[in-house]
Amino acid sequence: MTPGHLLAGPLTRLRHTIDRRLFRLRPAEALPIRLRQRRIFVLPTRAGWVFGLTLFAMLLASINYTLSLGFALTFLLAGIGITSIFHAFRTLLGLEIAAGPLPPVHSGEPAQFGLVLSHHRHTAREAIVVRTAHSTVALDLPPDTHTPLTLSAPTPARGWQRVGRITIETVFPLGLIRAWSVLTPDLALLVYPTPETSAPPPPNAAGSAGRTHASSGDDDFAGLRAHRPTDSPRQIAWKAVARSGTLVAKQFQGGAGGLLIFDWHQLPAALPGEARLQRLARWVVDAARDDARWTLRLPGQTLGPDRGAQHRHRCLRALALFRLNDHAQATD
Amino acid sequence: MPRPPTEATRFADPLRWAAACAGATLAPHLPRLPIWLGALAVLILAWRVLRQRTGQVAVPRLVTPLLGLTAGGLILAQYGTLFGKQAGIALLVLLLGLKYLECQRPRDIHVLVLLCFFLQLGLFLDTQSPLTGLGALAGCVLATATLLSLHTRHPVRTQLRTTGVLMLQALPFMVVLFILFPRIPGPLWGLPADAFSGRTGLSDSMQPGAISELSQSGEIAFRAHFPDTPPPPAQRYWRGPVLTDFDGMRWTGRRAATADHPAYTPDGRAYTYEITLEAHNRRWLLALDYPAGGIPAASYASDFTVLSREPVRQRLRYPAVAYPDSRVGLDTPAGILRAALALPPGSNPRTRALAADLVERHPQPAARVAAAIDWLRSADLAYTLRPPRLGTDSADAFLFDTRQGFCEHFASAFVILMRGAGVPARVVTGYQGGELNPFDKAMVVRQSDAHAWAEVWLDGEGWRRVDPTAASAPRRIDGGLAAALPDDAALPLLVRPDLNWLRTLRDRWEFLGNAWNQWVLGFDQRRQRTLLSRLGLHADDWRQIGAALLVAIGTLLAALLWWAQRAPRRDDPLHRAWQRFERKLTRAGLPRLPWEGPADYASRAATQWPDHATAIRHIAHRYARLRYGVGTASQRDTKALDSQIRRFSI
Repeated sequence: MTPGHLLAGPLTRLRHTIDRRLFRLRPAEALPIRLRQRRIFVLPTRAGWVFGLTLFAMLLASINYTLSLGFALTFLLAGIGITSIFHAFRTLLGLEIAAGPLPPVHSGEPAQFGLVLSHHRHTAREAIVVRTAHSTVALDLPPDTHTPLTLSAPTPARGWQRVGRITIETVFPLGLIRAWSVLTPDLALLVYPTPETSAPPPPNAAGSAGRTHASSGDDDFAGLRAHRPTDSPRQIAWKAVARSGTLVAKQFQGGAGGLLIFDWHQLPAALPGEARLQRLARWVVDAARDDARWTLRLPGQTLGPDRGAQHRHRCLRALALFRLNDHAQATD
Repeated sequence: MPRPPTEATRFADPLRWAAACAGATLAPHLPRLPIWLGALAVLILAWRVLRQRTGQVAVPRLVTPLLGLTAGGLILAQYGTLFGKQAGIALLVLLLGLKYLECQRPRDIHVLVLLCFFLQLGLFLDTQSPLTGLGALAGCVLATATLLSLHTRHPVRTQLRTTGVLMLQALPFMVVLFILFPRIPGPLWGLPADAFSGRTGLSDSMQPGAISELSQSGEIAFRAHFPDTPPPPAQRYWRGPVLTDFDGMRWTGRRAATADHPAYTPDGRAYTYEITLEAHNRRWLLALDYPAGGIPAASYASDFTVLSREPVRQRLRYPAVAYPDSRVGLDTPAGILRAALALPPGSNPRTRALAADLVERHPQPAARVAAAIDWLRSADLAYTLRPPRLGTDSADAFLFDTRQGFCEHFASAFVILMRGAGVPARVVTGYQGGELNPFDKAMVVRQSDAHAWAEVWLDGEGWRRVDPTAASAPRRIDGGLAAALPDDAALPLLVRPDLNWLRTLRDRWEFLGNAWNQWVLGFDQRRQRTLLSRLGLHADDWRQIGAALLVAIGTLLAALLWWAQRAPRRDDPLHRAWQRFERKLTRAGLPRLPWEGPADYASRAATQWPDHATAIRHIAHRYARLRYGVGTASQRDTKALDSQIRRFSI
């Protein structure tokens, strides 16, 4: 361990303490957020402290040896240090943070929080670092642009996951001064339950034998329909596409044999709650992949019968939020 | 926090800048460093830069410590210590080289830059000329650019422009702090013995060769400013250390009693002047023979030298009055006269024989002095900057064998001859001559004007100055060094008479240098007080100074804050036109999403209002072409787009 590291510990902790205090003072804010003077903080970095100490030593030496040019050099460097405070401050001032795409993910997959940094200045803002507890993104903002960025985070549990505390900081221009701002934006994405990995096949409509994945499809073929953006490639009728030049998808007949019913109550009684949700999630995911029609029955709600991506999302959302209390806070 | 620096490509830029910074800092040190160390540092820089270019970065693990230990040992051997100025600077240079060798992270670059700052400071101990100042400024620019390059990647010009902005904004802080920061007279702690050793000047002992070495230096020893007529060249004898004791090889000074006023009565014509003495780290204050009392903070020695209380460590100014015609030393104590007659037994037999001859023929001491000068004049002695080496009996060798010598040989031989003849005599060192700078009328006395002459004591007359050099090379006294030497002698460049234009140039430069000395380097506590009281501040009241400092710094900070907060200029007509379009669509119920570019936004809007699809797509397309296309949007195109947007409605 180098001396630098020994020093880093307490300083980082101190910094975090300061950040936490600030953090507590602020409830989650609605985006977009514009960084104003009051919420930008500046402190020297470790390199900045060392720089300051060096200048002090140089000042003492200049006094001791009566070096006029030594004074001049020391004061010039001090001026540069002071000036870089304002450059760092200016790099963050007026920056706007808005929400970007927030695609839902399954628990266990990394969440990708989309943000957009924008500014209207005619000069670039450089060396900006956006960090959360889990990820760090460094970027330069060209003059007068919107720049998207993605912050990833692990997803330990289903439900709404907040992005948490975001620190936007810069040590531009010289690495001596760190300017930063802490935000807790009202930004959350939906985490679906993890699909069970080795789930038994879902029961068919009669509730006894499961329909295998392989049997879905061909014999129920009912014709062609116009392509929807949510169609998977395997649903597209490539031969027909080649003939006609327009995208068309295969339509399957949703007869009695084709409708799947995923019922919470029909799962084995020994299966605990989360495991039930995971199995149901697997079935929904598979059914959507196979473009089957299905109905999801949960205590207190029934979704479907229906098919397609919208239905898949509604079902997975219901599973994600099942018996969680924080439905209300998020919008979909 | 700097971004992860691992990739070699990302680090190449900072490394190149750091090499430039280190190089610029090292260059002025090179002449003062041991050759091997300078070469080592330069080699390391070059090697690493070349290696970086070929993409290899890692240095074999053991190279750095081995190199460090070896070079550290060599430095220890060279200076006998690792402390003190010379060894300290050598160590810093070594550290700089090693740090550059193993430079791999941003932190290494930071350390490198700080080392450069310290080295710059070390250079100031030796020289603070305007050129050094410019060099330090260049070093500062490069250091700033180096740090900057750790965080942004741009072409050199862009980096230098950003650096320039930083420097320009920092400059007012420097000026304010330089003027208002309280100057505390140093030193705060003991100085290393060699702190100022780089300074050339007279020494308190003399052996053959000492002064001729000095005469090669064109450095300024001091400047004298005569408000009235300056004394004629033949009277420009600036007295330095007086050397009485002789051991056969070396002349050394003798402790002399000091008093607050001179031991003689000034008499005759007076010359008033002011001296600006360069720091020489010794106590003597050069003064024109013979100074009257009244030089501030000085004491007067019984050998007529003037001493300051402390070694002169910074440029010093003092007023003085000279009375060249005074009679001095009429009542010199017998002890001093005895010392001025002592000779090492058995040395210089031929010179003594000559002295015995003088005694036999001239009973009067004054006549012996005159006869000795005559003898010297007729002895065909040559004045040269490069005298041959002399053995133990230096006076014999000089007067009878080699017959070539510099002023110290003349003075030494003459004093030995006089002592042999029973006339008390001693060597006086100092400067002889001086040149008027035509631009500021200051009389400039250089190290090359260093001189040694003799003084003999005669009953009833006191000490009389005799310059034996004048006997053989009288032009030395009237015309300076260049005139006295034969034409083919190797002369320092600037003393040569045929390079007058070069001298004019030098005179101008030194005039600038003098202003620099007075106003930048000489800005000490006294000058600060004078300036502050002229500004209406009480220099003794620290609260007033502190308040002034706070107000000035506060004003500068406020100015910077204003600069940082300036609203962005909104004079981009293209942007305004596009915003008008966005506003129209927003009012119609379709705001642009933050991440949407013009094309995406337009196609969404076109889907929403199929009737206007063509117009919407057209506007977005034109805007995108003007905004992101090649070159800047012409005024006409922008105007056309603007009017199309104005006409557009849903």
